[in-house]
Amino acid sequence: MNLTFKHKKITGILTVLPKNEVKFEDEMSNYHFSESKALKLKVTMGYNKHHIVEDGVSVSDLCTFGLEYLFSQQLLAKDDIDALVLVTQSPDYFMPPTSSVIQGRAGLKQDIICMDINQGCTGYIIGLIQSFLLLDQPAINKVALLNADILSRKVSKKDHNSNPLIGDAASITIVEKSDSEETVHCNIKMDGTRYDALIIPAGGFRQPSTPETAVMEEDIDGNLRSKDNLVMKGDAIFNFMQTEVPPMVEEILQTAGVSKDEIDYYMFHQPNRFMLNKLADRLEVPREKMPSNVVGDFGNASGVSIPTVITYNLGDKLLTNRYKTCLAGFGVGLTWASMVVELDRLKFSSIIYY
Amino acid sequence: MKEKILNILNGLRPEYDFRESANFIDEGMLDSLDVVNLVTDLEDAYGILIDGVDILPNNFSSVDSIINLLIKNGAKA
Repeated sequence: MNLTFKHKKITGILTVLPKNEVKFEDEMSNYHFSESKALKLKVTMGYNKHHIVEDGVSVSDLCTFGLEYLFSQQLLAKDDIDALVLVTQSPDYFMPPTSSVIQGRAGLKQDIICMDINQGCTGYIIGLIQSFLLLDQPAINKVALLNADILSRKVSKKDHNSNPLIGDAASITIVEKSDSEETVHCNIKMDGTRYDALIIPAGGFRQPSTPETAVMEEDIDGNLRSKDNLVMKGDAIFNFMQTEVPPMVEEILQTAGVSKDEIDYYMFHQPNRFMLNKLADRLEVPREKMPSNVVGDFGNASGVSIPTVITYNLGDKLLTNRYKTCLAGFGVGLTWASMVVELDRLKFSSIIYY
Repeated sequence: MKEKILNILNGLRPEYDFRESANFIDEGMLDSLDVVNLVTDLEDAYGILIDGVDILPNNFSSVDSIINLLIKNGAKA
């Protein structure tokens, strides 16, 4: 599905990372493979360290901390927020919505719409789409899009497919109405027949957590995990990305009428360095234009990976410069989406630590 | 080509005898992360880039399938 938006712009991006970092070397002994294999994977996949929340820290803690930082720095006025969109797969509670919890904790006005969206790797683009749609309302001038996940809690420490790359983080993106005639182009696709390629099998209402679902079992590759843990079918996800993402990106560039060279940066979801390099090669895009350094330095925090790759690689440059970017997210659902959008002299673009 | 590939495989998983296997994947000699390391080693050894869409378990199940994969991606036989 192709979507277009006019008179909308991103005006600020803040990434909130937990201070606590865990080094790959310190966890290698958890995995069912040799040291030489692990060290080789460190280079190929980009594993280095990942930022993980301490016990007791929740999504609302990270998001409220980020909002209060923006208020204190006078980068955002509390009463200007007309809508709060939270995209997360690790809510504080099943009910109430975590966006409501954040609205209360941050002291936001009552004349506001708050909503939670359950999305992961594509969550940044889906959150932007929802924010742009809200901005079509006359009463809504500014949306705070929050992406946050702390899925490290759901990943087995003995799962070498997922644990080395998982990260926790939150981001706040401010989206506003704009006078610009620039069109934002977007496309999105979904395939729910492959819903189980990336899943936490137990803990919901279909299969509640029980002592039985917490039993650790070893898979064919030597990963130890329970049904309460996140499981990723690595081969299926890799093949999905390599087959679905390149044509999607080609299509959106064509729809937007821009060449590959005209895109300054391809800011993609950050599963691992190997996958991103393969995507860049297949798209015939220079690897330097598609940064892949988030997994190695922070971990993959699902829908937060795109704002993180933007703030980490462009940072202050975004305060004074204008870049044409192609964003792409892909994963759980399965869902894949891309967007061609200009990032033009933002009010803030930085990373802070919780 | 065959010997060179066997050497690479033995370097990755020295505990296995790849000459004796009918299917490296089905017999659990290579997992998905071994395949990632194998791709990198093959690319370095043959000076090629293997297309991401070709990185499927079946293409790494035997020496013959690896040879086909390499030739498809530009390696000289």
